[in-house]
Amino acid sequence: MVEVQNLSKRYGRVTAVDDISFRVERGEIFGFLGPNGAGKTTTMRILTGYIPATEGKAVVAGFDVFDQPVEAKRRTGYLPETPPLYPDMTVAEYLTFVAKVKGVPSAERRERIHHVMERTRVSDMAGRACGKLSKGYRQRVGLAQALIHNPDVLILDEPTAGLDPKQIIETRQLIKELAGDHTIILSTHILPEVEQTCQRVVIINKGRVVAIDTPSNLTARLRGSETMYVQVDAGDLDAAPVLSRLPGVTRVVESDRRDALVGYEVESERGRDIRRDLARAVVTNGWGLLELRPTRMSLEDIFLSLTTEETPTPAVPAGEPVHA
Amino acid sequence: MRNVLAIAHKELKSYFSSPIAYILLGFWALVYGYFFVVMMNFFVRQSMQMNQFMQGPASLNVNQQLIRPVLQNVTILALFLMPMITMRTYAEEKRSGTIELLLTSPLTDLQIILGKFLGALAMYALMLAVSLIHIALLFYFGRPEWKPIIVAYFGLLLFGGCFLSVGLFISSLTKNQIVAGIVTFVVFLLLWIISWIGSFSGPTIDSLTQYLSIIEHFEDFNKGVLDTSHVIYYLSVITLGLFLTAKAVDSERWRA
Repeated sequence: MVEVQNLSKRYGRVTAVDDISFRVERGEIFGFLGPNGAGKTTTMRILTGYIPATEGKAVVAGFDVFDQPVEAKRRTGYLPETPPLYPDMTVAEYLTFVAKVKGVPSAERRERIHHVMERTRVSDMAGRACGKLSKGYRQRVGLAQALIHNPDVLILDEPTAGLDPKQIIETRQLIKELAGDHTIILSTHILPEVEQTCQRVVIINKGRVVAIDTPSNLTARLRGSETMYVQVDAGDLDAAPVLSRLPGVTRVVESDRRDALVGYEVESERGRDIRRDLARAVVTNGWGLLELRPTRMSLEDIFLSLTTEETPTPAVPAGEPVHA
Repeated sequence: MRNVLAIAHKELKSYFSSPIAYILLGFWALVYGYFFVVMMNFFVRQSMQMNQFMQGPASLNVNQQLIRPVLQNVTILALFLMPMITMRTYAEEKRSGTIELLLTSPLTDLQIILGKFLGALAMYALMLAVSLIHIALLFYFGRPEWKPIIVAYFGLLLFGGCFLSVGLFISSLTKNQIVAGIVTFVVFLLLWIISWIGSFSGPTIDSLTQYLSIIEHFEDFNKGVLDTSHVIYYLSVITLGLFLTAKAVDSERWRA
């Protein structure tokens, strides 16, 4: 449904998108994951025909976005980072205008507007000026706007940014519901969002594709080891050597220190639960065990591990004292 | 064409959903009304004087002595108010990000530009329509010639179209509508006064600056003369303005 080949975008000497290629199949939810400034928005803008690419090719719904922009745009719905609303128009007026410019035939217009307002749950705000809507409603009207011409491909730039938790859940639910009829590309920098909604993910960093895979594969690939966070009150002593000698522990890193309270990140072999051993070791030494919890693989960690793959940071061998 | 009209309709509506349309129409009606009343008084006094001296019916021509100077002043009024029509067209869309909606909709750049131009022209036409009320009063009390009036208003519409297309271009260059407004005003002013320089330069420069001055070309329309060379001049300037806007929008896309 969407095919991107060797896409690059340069601004003078700055390269925003660097030789990106991927394919999205019909009905799929495809996630763009990356930190701010990674090139997600730029790629999406190229796909929607808002800006041209410097090099490469992008085909949306069978039409090249550069050679046949109008045909491609007719089949694309786009929600930019800030919903493009006209503050003076009411929601109904706005959607009518969008329906007109997106080429919805006048006979179907009323019905389509009604349908998308129901779908995105903005019907109760139909008469309200767009400029007076709350952030959540703006986002939903933006989504309604993207859906109005029933496009094959939906491109959503951070659809949940700035929403409250309840709205985030609703929006994700809505996106999942839409997936059957539409092919969806969405960008985010929140990892759980990708895990919950997307079938496949591309991770972009500094304009380059770092990885393309399913969320579960990605996390599995990255979780070569398991990490525990443990906070210990060991007085003047250093707990790291003791912790490193525990069976199954591969690496101990001091992560924070406040007076006598020291926090360690303890990595262990995969699939081995070292919590009991850890707790016992701390307690038998007569130290205070203040906190013990598994650390989640955060997006930052994924990035660090994916982007520093070529030059891995030297792991501290078990058994030696560690000073982070 | 349907797309063009959709944009034009939205543009025209946006003038009325903000105070701009009311300010424009209000000021226009006020200042135009003032001009009209002042000139009318002058005209009436002159007629009376003529009557006394010649002891016959008034022989002053309403078209020449009243409507023409009033419409000449309208061009100056337009100079001040027109930047307000065009300054927000592109600048505001760029600032608020709604330009992203237009540029990712299945529309060509030309459709968007023409739509915006027609929307602005419709706003200006409404302002002209307000001024027709006063002219209509003349028909009630006197017998002015209607053909020269039609030609003059046709000229006013073309003359305004030039300013609007140039204003549209300037608005497409910036995100800030105040900047767009000020630059547009200065450019309009220059296009108006450029002919002054000709009065003390050589004949070549004189005829050149006369030709460039947008207001000079209105004179013949105002006399009721429909000269195709002026029509073509105005249409060329409008086309040039719209062409430059298209180029600006396109180049913005490559730089954005």
